[in-house]
Amino acid sequence: MTITYGFEAGRFINPAVKDLPPSGIRRFFDLVASTKGVISLGVGEPDFVTPWHIRDACVQSLERGYTMYTSNYGTPELRRAIAAYLEERFGLSYNPATQIMVTIGASEAVDLALRTIINPGDEVLIPEPCYVSYRPIAQLAGGVPVTVPTTLDDAFALTAARLEKYITPRTKVLVLCFPNNPTGAVLQDAEMQAIAGLVRKYNLLVVSDEIYAELRYDGQPRSFASLPGMQERTILVSGFSKAFAMTGWRVGYVAAHPDFLAAMVKIHQYTILCAPVMGQMAALEALHHGRQDIERMVAEYDRRRRLVVSRLREMGLECFEPRGAFYVFPSIEATGLTAAAFAEELLQEERVAVVPGPAFGDAGEGFIRCSYAASLAELTEAMNRMERFVARRLTCKHRALAHG
Amino acid sequence: MRKKILDLLEQNGKLTAREIAVMLALPVDQVAKEIAAMEQEKVILRYHTLINWEKAGDEEVAALIDVKVTPQRDVGFDEIAGRIYRYPEVKSVFLMSGSYDLSVLVQGSSLKEVATFVSQKLATLEHVQSTVTHFILKRYKQDGVIFEDQEADRRQVVQP
Repeated sequence: MTITYGFEAGRFINPAVKDLPPSGIRRFFDLVASTKGVISLGVGEPDFVTPWHIRDACVQSLERGYTMYTSNYGTPELRRAIAAYLEERFGLSYNPATQIMVTIGASEAVDLALRTIINPGDEVLIPEPCYVSYRPIAQLAGGVPVTVPTTLDDAFALTAARLEKYITPRTKVLVLCFPNNPTGAVLQDAEMQAIAGLVRKYNLLVVSDEIYAELRYDGQPRSFASLPGMQERTILVSGFSKAFAMTGWRVGYVAAHPDFLAAMVKIHQYTILCAPVMGQMAALEALHHGRQDIERMVAEYDRRRRLVVSRLREMGLECFEPRGAFYVFPSIEATGLTAAAFAEELLQEERVAVVPGPAFGDAGEGFIRCSYAASLAELTEAMNRMERFVARRLTCKHRALAHG
Repeated sequence: MRKKILDLLEQNGKLTAREIAVMLALPVDQVAKEIAAMEQEKVILRYHTLINWEKAGDEEVAALIDVKVTPQRDVGFDEIAGRIYRYPEVKSVFLMSGSYDLSVLVQGSSLKEVATFVSQKLATLEHVQSTVTHFILKRYKQDGVIFEDQEADRRQVVQP
């Protein structure tokens, strides 16, 4: 491109966008991508390819000519299937015509939800560590993100007692993401009920990102919306990416009070129009015939989860046992390194990539996220390498202590 | 518990009792005992390695042979199956429903060797009525494993 002298593109950029911090892992990503022979435990998506029958359903739909726009809300068949799924799995009853909309992944649904309900200056409670996009989306919508740290001592669960300290008269919405990325924490029923009590008491709304709901290792999936009185106050966000290994398809959905949904669909119809029909056809097949796939993948994740937790503990890292998603979030405090230094040195010395905890918020300092969405052989080799690295750091530290 | 242990071992015979115990959240000695018992009871027959011989540069010729036989009074197909499966050239034998009775997988070092085995040994057995030989030209998938899998890991190396 030829750029005229004196033309400063940057001056035209909206300060709200300009001031958004870039993703914290960009530089680390480049480092990993340029290193050879890396085993990456830094990937936030399933290592499984989408089950064949789901892919085949898409191929067949293309052969039959499904290449057009759908309703803004998504195809009626898919919305009905989503409603039936939410009913069967969580005991939630939604009208598929007025309460469910198909989105471009759960990410779009989070964006729509926050843009729809935030007035400038409204405070948005975000428990951290958490997925990277809630804070910027809240900011772009004019909201004020208020971070609520969760801690290892609380098994990274959000407690009502802690949450209440962060509630002010300006608080409007609480973002929940459990099972949690990056910690793997889940909320137990008692905790959810106590949080629901606060939501009622302070007249709040909840955006509940339940994308990992199916990946639970300690019993039945639960939706926050299924708690008494919470369905009308909860904008339930979910999708197909994690449970069905369908990340690249970009199909998610939102289920909410008809008034919230009617408002959200306005933004969606003007900005997106509709989710791609190919992905919707595949998602329909996933809901109709994919139950076994979820069970197979969850059983596999569960075995890997136990293996990785056991190996990390043997190395001498304190590691909370995750109950959902496909991440472990061990403390690296014993090594005396910061999370960023740990990740960088581990990559350079042993060629294993993990994500430093602070990428998911300040509360993540002292932790790293390891994804176990990798084959057993890769996980075993990665753990062997990491064990060598940690052993070296621990000896170093003990020596330093002995001399100091 | 046995089913879970077997599922893991079927995928990877190299797993140790300790690794299996960790993955299934079971006591190690219990897993070791179960495995030993299953070996004893011949539930576990052998720890098998699936090899892509073509890639190893040591290609064998294999054929699937449909065999029609006359079943015998009292012993049915079992006796003739036994006469067939005792040959070391025969790698597997299945009793089938449908238009023929036994499906026999034969392996040899050359086409001629397999053909000779069929015409001289198999076809001449008493009670064998006919054979149809299908040579295997290419193995795409065996025991649940795709040989030349195109589905590499295409994920971005680091993602939130």
